[in-house]
Amino acid sequence: MYQYNDKDQTLIDERVTQFRDQTERFLKGEIADDKYRALRLMNGVYVQTHAPLLRIAGPYGLLSSKQVRKLASIARDYDKGFCHFTTRQNIQFNWPALERVPDILEELASVQMHAIQTSGNCLRNTTSDQLAGVAIDELEDPRPYCEIIRQWTIFHPEFAYLPRKFKIAVSGSQQDRAAIRFHDIGLQLVKNDQGEVGFSLFVGGGLGRTPVIGQIVRPFLEKKHLLSYLEAILRVYNLYGRRDNKYKARIKILVRETGLTEIRKQIEAEWDLIKDKLELSSERISEIQQQFTPPAYQANAAQDTSYADNSANNADFSTWLKHNIAEHKVDGYHAVYISLKAPDSPPGDCTESQLDAIAELADQHSFGMVRVTHRQNLVLADVKQADLFDLWKKLDALKLATPNIGKATDMICCPGLDYCSLANAGSIGVAKEINEALDSMDYIHDLGDLKINISGCMNGCAHQSVGHIGILGVDKKGVEWYQITLGGSSENDAAIGHRLGPAVSKEDVTSVVKTLLEVYIEQRINEDESFLATVRRVGIAPFKEKTYATH
Amino acid sequence: MQLIKDKQVTQDNWAYIVDETPLKADYIIVSLVRWQQEREQLSKVKHLGLRLESDVELDEIASDLSHFQLIELYIPVFTDGRAFTHARLLRSRYGYTGDIRASGDFMRDQVFYLNRVGVSSFELNDQDNAQQVIQSMSDFSVDSQESVA
Repeated sequence: MYQYNDKDQTLIDERVTQFRDQTERFLKGEIADDKYRALRLMNGVYVQTHAPLLRIAGPYGLLSSKQVRKLASIARDYDKGFCHFTTRQNIQFNWPALERVPDILEELASVQMHAIQTSGNCLRNTTSDQLAGVAIDELEDPRPYCEIIRQWTIFHPEFAYLPRKFKIAVSGSQQDRAAIRFHDIGLQLVKNDQGEVGFSLFVGGGLGRTPVIGQIVRPFLEKKHLLSYLEAILRVYNLYGRRDNKYKARIKILVRETGLTEIRKQIEAEWDLIKDKLELSSERISEIQQQFTPPAYQANAAQDTSYADNSANNADFSTWLKHNIAEHKVDGYHAVYISLKAPDSPPGDCTESQLDAIAELADQHSFGMVRVTHRQNLVLADVKQADLFDLWKKLDALKLATPNIGKATDMICCPGLDYCSLANAGSIGVAKEINEALDSMDYIHDLGDLKINISGCMNGCAHQSVGHIGILGVDKKGVEWYQITLGGSSENDAAIGHRLGPAVSKEDVTSVVKTLLEVYIEQRINEDESFLATVRRVGIAPFKEKTYATH
Repeated sequence: MQLIKDKQVTQDNWAYIVDETPLKADYIIVSLVRWQQEREQLSKVKHLGLRLESDVELDEIASDLSHFQLIELYIPVFTDGRAFTHARLLRSRYGYTGDIRASGDFMRDQVFYLNRVGVSSFELNDQDNAQQVIQSMSDFSVDSQESVA
């Protein structure tokens, strides 16, 4: 894991001082509301329905056990005992008092954390694959590049007041687990014909009101040009991105209105002027790579196969093994998913006692590290197989072992009307109802891979437009209604879901979802055909017909 | 109106001359439109400054920069970050070494960034506390990327 040097630490310490001063000036009435709004947003502070929300950066989703313990203590001391993990690998607290936010920042700074640029019209947290460094389908660990980008983005003086927010994601694997095609810039590590590793760059992807799949602006970029190319894209965007309408201000609109060919021409022209001045040296890259060296794996970890016996004798453990672990590039190790989607808990939430326990488990079983996934779960990435049974028992006792990763009840869900002042409709309640309706684990497993994403408004924080089933809350004359989409995906086969038909009422959402699942079971060729594959093969029609005939 | 130049509070000798009004001052700042229309006459002015709006295309004035002792970047609203790019390019690409002044709707909490991209003077409102603004230019003693300043 990257360890801050003196400069990094000084920067975030000085930020605490600066934000404390800004907040004090605001509370004394010395900063106008609209100006303080911009300042607090750039520090992740939203004003919500009940209290300010504080969003803390989780750089590419990587947290140390020490940092997780700090989150637990903040949850206890400043919040109501829990936090929420977001789709961009960040951490949110829902109940801090504004005047105490500077104190929280000071606590965070003591463990190399901050809330800088977690909101606002600026360069946001860089996200990545939760299996970075351990994935079997990985070309190269993307995290060193994420860290290089993190350092470049933090307080970038030229790009601090962009037309709109700007999100970057990096993936090093064949299977995209970081939704890179739905970021303003998505970077994919690729190998060219000469066997050289560099980046393929997607630009102009995004979700929200106008979901757009990113397009390749450059198929291969040498590593040394990473920052100059990013700078060229950002400069073109800062100068020409629309500022007259916030709903048309993302780079995806600039790309659409300018055209990919023309925008590429502009970016490349800009890049030509700066690429030699802003080269990333191979020494610099390896210096950062040194901070992401693999932990001390045991050479004989594969020899202990006791977990197989335990699996044969324990159906629950066996089910969990099947659904909640991922293969690891080192023999005898696995990556373990911690499900934050227990039936009775809001998706992505974690209590302070769970956080403390997770930190402890990370220390015991996974070299003290925890990762956050973009589907709002956690991962212990380096667990020896000999530890799996013990770890499962502990996770199960903590209600963190629901065997549902990538399944129907592993829903992405935004805070919705319960917390968010932008929301038009509830989302946590809908997730809960669907969970209650899908109470049979066997049925959930029979449904196979299924991504249900629920957003409480068209800003789409829960990525409903790329859900296999997307549920979007809308307000119709003060009543909560839900639009359903089918067939979206945020992975390699990126697609935006198609609308099923007219919105359905809150009372009907759960039964509509049940109907959709019944249609899938009827229509699928066999158990190996996933929900998404079936929707793509048969189209929306059979789903639509049954839904609106029934409801 | 107060002015900070090179981190000092100073007297502002410059006056922006509204288009189509007489050029009655020793240190005058004109709009780009006026410069383009009255180029010949303005070239004779001893102390000339140019005000750029945030939608300017810098390439269009690149070859004229030697005429100006001062470039004023007028920020219409504090959320409009185009001037940040303009300042940086004026310094790093076009080699402009005169005074770059920020005016309009910027706030104290932005001067750290503006200073780093090459803005050398700041036009303040009367209610601004100039010493605090100067102090904010040093909100951070370290940085993570290249800049002009």
